[in-house]
Amino acid sequence: MSVTLDIRLKRANKVYHEGEVVAGVILLVCKEALQHHGISLSMEGLVNLQLSSKSVGVFEAFYNSVKPIQLISSNIEVAKAGKVPAGKTEIPFEFPLITKGNKVLYETYHGVFVNIQYTLRCDMKRSLLAKDLSRNCEFIVHCQPQKAKVVPTPVNFTITPDTLQNIRERSSLPKFLIRGHLDATNCVISQPLTGEVVVENSDVAIKSIELQLVRVETCGCAEGYARDATEIQNIQIAEGDVCHGLAIPIYMVFPRLFTCPTLETTNFKVEFEVNIVIVLHDDHLITENFPLKLCRV
Amino acid sequence: FLSCSRRNYEAELQRCRPEAAPVEFGDYHPLKPIMVTDTKSRRGARKGSTSSSSSSSSSAPADPLSSMLDGTDPLSMFAAASVSEAPAMTHSASTGKKREKEEEVVGPDFEPWSSKRGEILARFTTTEKLSINLFMGSDKGKTCGCILDLPVCMCVQGSQRELLNLSQQDYANRIEELNQSLKEAWASDQKVKALKIVIQCSKLLSDTSVIQFYPSKFVLITDILDTFGRLVYDRIWTMCSDPRPLPDSFTVDDVNDTAKETCLNWFFKIASIRELLPRLYVEAAILKCNRFLNKTGIQETLPRLTAMIRGIGDPLVAAYTRAYLCRVGMEVAPHLKDSLNRNFFDLLGTFRQVSGESVQNQLVQQRVEVPEYLTLYSPAINWILQCIAYRAPEPLLTEMMERCKKLGNNALLLNSVMRAFRPEFVAARATDFIGMIKDCDEAGFPKHLLFGSLGRSLACADPPESERLTILNEAWKVVTKVRSPQVEYRCYDYICDHTFYYVSITFIHLSFISRSQKREVNTVLADIIKHMTPDRAFEDAYPQLQSVIRKILTYFQDFSVLFSMERFLPFLDMFQKDSVRVEVCRSIMEVFIKHQVELTRDPVILNAMLHICKTMHDSVNALTLEDEKRSLALLIIGFIRMVSFGRDFEQQLSFCVEARATFCNLEPVLVQLIHTVNQLAMETCRVMRGSHSRKTAAFVRACAAYSFITIPSLSSIFSRLSLYLLSGQVALANQCLSQADAFLKAAVGILPDVPRSISVEGKLRSSESFLLDFINNFLATLLVVPDHPEHGVLYLVRGLLNMVQDYTWEDNSDAKVRVYVSALPLLAAMSQETYLYSIPKVDSNETLYGGDPKFLSEINKLCETLIGQILDNLKALGRDEVRQEPAHCYVFSSCAPTSFFLPPLQQSTRRQGALAFSLFGVLLAHGDLRNNKLSQLAVNLWNLCHKHGYCETGISVSFHTHSRCSTHIS
Repeated sequence: MSVTLDIRLKRANKVYHEGEVVAGVILLVCKEALQHHGISLSMEGLVNLQLSSKSVGVFEAFYNSVKPIQLISSNIEVAKAGKVPAGKTEIPFEFPLITKGNKVLYETYHGVFVNIQYTLRCDMKRSLLAKDLSRNCEFIVHCQPQKAKVVPTPVNFTITPDTLQNIRERSSLPKFLIRGHLDATNCVISQPLTGEVVVENSDVAIKSIELQLVRVETCGCAEGYARDATEIQNIQIAEGDVCHGLAIPIYMVFPRLFTCPTLETTNFKVEFEVNIVIVLHDDHLITENFPLKLCRV
Repeated sequence: FLSCSRRNYEAELQRCRPEAAPVEFGDYHPLKPIMVTDTKSRRGARKGSTSSSSSSSSSAPADPLSSMLDGTDPLSMFAAASVSEAPAMTHSASTGKKREKEEEVVGPDFEPWSSKRGEILARFTTTEKLSINLFMGSDKGKTCGCILDLPVCMCVQGSQRELLNLSQQDYANRIEELNQSLKEAWASDQKVKALKIVIQCSKLLSDTSVIQFYPSKFVLITDILDTFGRLVYDRIWTMCSDPRPLPDSFTVDDVNDTAKETCLNWFFKIASIRELLPRLYVEAAILKCNRFLNKTGIQETLPRLTAMIRGIGDPLVAAYTRAYLCRVGMEVAPHLKDSLNRNFFDLLGTFRQVSGESVQNQLVQQRVEVPEYLTLYSPAINWILQCIAYRAPEPLLTEMMERCKKLGNNALLLNSVMRAFRPEFVAARATDFIGMIKDCDEAGFPKHLLFGSLGRSLACADPPESERLTILNEAWKVVTKVRSPQVEYRCYDYICDHTFYYVSITFIHLSFISRSQKREVNTVLADIIKHMTPDRAFEDAYPQLQSVIRKILTYFQDFSVLFSMERFLPFLDMFQKDSVRVEVCRSIMEVFIKHQVELTRDPVILNAMLHICKTMHDSVNALTLEDEKRSLALLIIGFIRMVSFGRDFEQQLSFCVEARATFCNLEPVLVQLIHTVNQLAMETCRVMRGSHSRKTAAFVRACAAYSFITIPSLSSIFSRLSLYLLSGQVALANQCLSQADAFLKAAVGILPDVPRSISVEGKLRSSESFLLDFINNFLATLLVVPDHPEHGVLYLVRGLLNMVQDYTWEDNSDAKVRVYVSALPLLAAMSQETYLYSIPKVDSNETLYGGDPKFLSEINKLCETLIGQILDNLKALGRDEVRQEPAHCYVFSSCAPTSFFLPPLQQSTRRQGALAFSLFGVLLAHGDLRNNKLSQLAVNLWNLCHKHGYCETGISVSFHTHSRCSTHIS
């Protein structure tokens, strides 16, 4: 006897905002009538924090993991113990997405050390002989759009051997001049990061120009705080020895789930940065870093 | 016992004159639906038989075939139907695009990519070893399919696979395998794997290690991308068409959320592809899917992708990426011209990279010469320009031209511009272009190629009238200077052939439109010969040379001018491969037959044509197909028919003699020659008004001799027979008695050789009906043939009848008896005082014997024998019937399988009845029924044929009336 239990949300994109109602159906498909001891549905929003082994040591990282922060939680009984008829059964449900007290619903974010996740969980209790059934379903929360208008402020940059830090022998550097601009560093998360980069001249051929999107996650804990920067994605915008003097577009779409509006709370922080990485033919790396402020409008 | 009735043919003819209006010849055509005009009698009753004259044609309704078809040929009806259907179909197919913008739909005049594909694959080949470097993920990747936008490159944990040392064919096969596995992955719902395949494939395009192969590689890999784009689009399409299929002209609002989400997912996933090139290609591949998301998606994406291509360092890779983007753009949104132009301007902007250091290093490394490298660009640039130039306004093209000029007048660009822009546009500025060609920078790009491209345009459109001669002279000057040394020629042999061909075509064309024809064309031909002869270069250029011939033929329809060009025949001699040579000859012949209206005796034409025909004829061997032979023969016959020496008959005959010697292997040609000679003899006869002088008599005898010795070489027995008869008749008409005798004797002589079955149109059929037809025809001729003085009376008739008797006829056939029956009217006609017809100046038997009773009795004896034979046969049939009756019962009682279609009884009685009836008819028409015995015989026959009731009542009734009235008359 096979039973399938599924949760179907009404919205195809599974995106909800605070104050909205998460609606959907619990879908039960079974070939014969099914005896059960009650079906329950719960909704939960959690922030999971994890300390990186790099900043606090392996031992602490394992034991000292920070307690998850609950953002929202509610539970309803969908059906009392009884029978589900054979065939397809749909049980509709609704959860208002309202927090208790002054808690804020942060936007869904999948990171390395910080994870903000919202899930629906449906449980079906059954007799001792049959296994209980349960089903998880993640839905996505977008935070309320920011009220203030975002005014894009272009950021210009010039990279020459002289602007570089962190180098051993300045004298051995080839000559180059790379200019460009980002259209804004306070970006709207649903819109791409744009700008231009121009290789004005370069003695050494360029191998590649890349945009590296980096997340900077900070977790506070008893011992202080840990700050870690990790790469989200790396997008190549130029390959090979590009034509000099020609503006190459900078264009990067912010990946969903892996980015969220820049977040700063008492316990943790999520920030983003972008690096423009120029790889020279002799595998020298030139990196220019730009902190970003993401927001949702 | 037997006597023939005396006939008065004149009176009978008077009596039988058709009363109704005869067929109107004005609109008479044998193939028209038959119009029945009631003629009471057969026209021109040659044998004087009026008995069967109430022929079937009189009462026949309209031809059953034509009435059924209702006047319209079913094939043409189908054709008409399909014509009216075809536009409807294309209409429905194109509605998808129509919605975009009514006026800018890509019409059928836009040469599609598919037609370029094959050309590129064939042209850019390599013998170097290739490698495919695939970094394929393991199947673990598919778990991250769902909604999560894991950057694809992050979840790939698979193995790197490098395939080395692939030949070009292996490479193509590999790519095709990938294409297949893409489809399979898609079908088994492994979307991520499918995407990975596509990404890996497009990554191959950044590899320029075997650069000569790059254009072909591009073609192969973009095929995969096309497949992918189609799959994704169709998938999302079906997601939206749940309740009912999405209309072609759907808008964003018609798309449901799930479909939108899936579509968005694809775009997010692609946006996170690490490498630039795959990201560009894959996004371009699914460009069309933007339609599901928003109205302006395509409009915004195209310029963005165009700009992103700037990030590609390698100019060749970038050029091809642009070509792909233009191609997709043209397919999806042909009205968005701006990004096309943008692409081209960017291309121009980065063109200086070609001479940059990295490119040059690469070329040195791969040992590729600059000119060869430059030609690798042409498919991409040509395509981009074609997209731009398609229905582009004049000012835009002018602007493009100016830009190219500004950019150092690069030869490669100039070449592409000339190829892509409308021929009319190029032709109108031909002088400008020549100027540009002259002072363009020749960096590695040979100038004659440019002239080739210019020529291509000029061959399609005419430059302004006033400039033509100048253009011709200018261009000629440059081209003669560009005599590249042999080495270079070999090195670019692909290029040079094509160019040379276009250049030549152009000059031929130009010389025509500037009306200086023969001399120039001759020069061009001389030049081609000069270029192609060393090293037998022509062997590689047959198709081009053939087109040169075709071009010439379209202009020269006067063959005397054509052949008087002294270089034409040497030019023909360059076609040394047999098949090509025959092909060329054939095309010349076709044009000749089509356009030569007047008969000719021009020795130049005759010599040349004989030479050409001989070439065609000599190509025939044992392996040649029947069809091929037939068509060659038709062409040669067409030529022979065009030859006429007017009154110079002897010359004509000697031409025929020569032709016979030349075309001895093609029977239809020989048959034609015999006809020609016969016609010649008759023509002579006509000119001499029937009475030959000594000289013409000798000539017609020579003609007869020609036929007589030619006929035996034919293999088809029936053409031999009919030609013998025909030639005999011609000889007779020309008073060559002994020749006629010889012909007829020969015909009789080969009668026993007639096989019982012959093949007609590939099927084996009984020859009996053909043979009967021939014999009847032959008998009719025998009436006028005078007896040979040295042989006995009716020598030929007897000979024929003997042959008939000895011939092995088919079993169960009455053919022999039927010949006997039809010989009776002849004998009856021979016994008349004046014959029904005669040949002027030839004394037939009527005059020879003058009604000699001995002669008559001889005829009577013969008749008697024949009737005896016939009656014997009738009796035998009757006996069969008696004998077979019990057998018949036996057959039925034992249920033994019977091999007869009809029960034997019925068959033999039916035959008996039919024979008796025909004999009765003959007796009635030709016999003297006052003779008691004869009338008794007739009555018996009448009874016999009614005994079994197998007689058609209608016919027998009309016979009945006729017999009564004839008895009455007599």
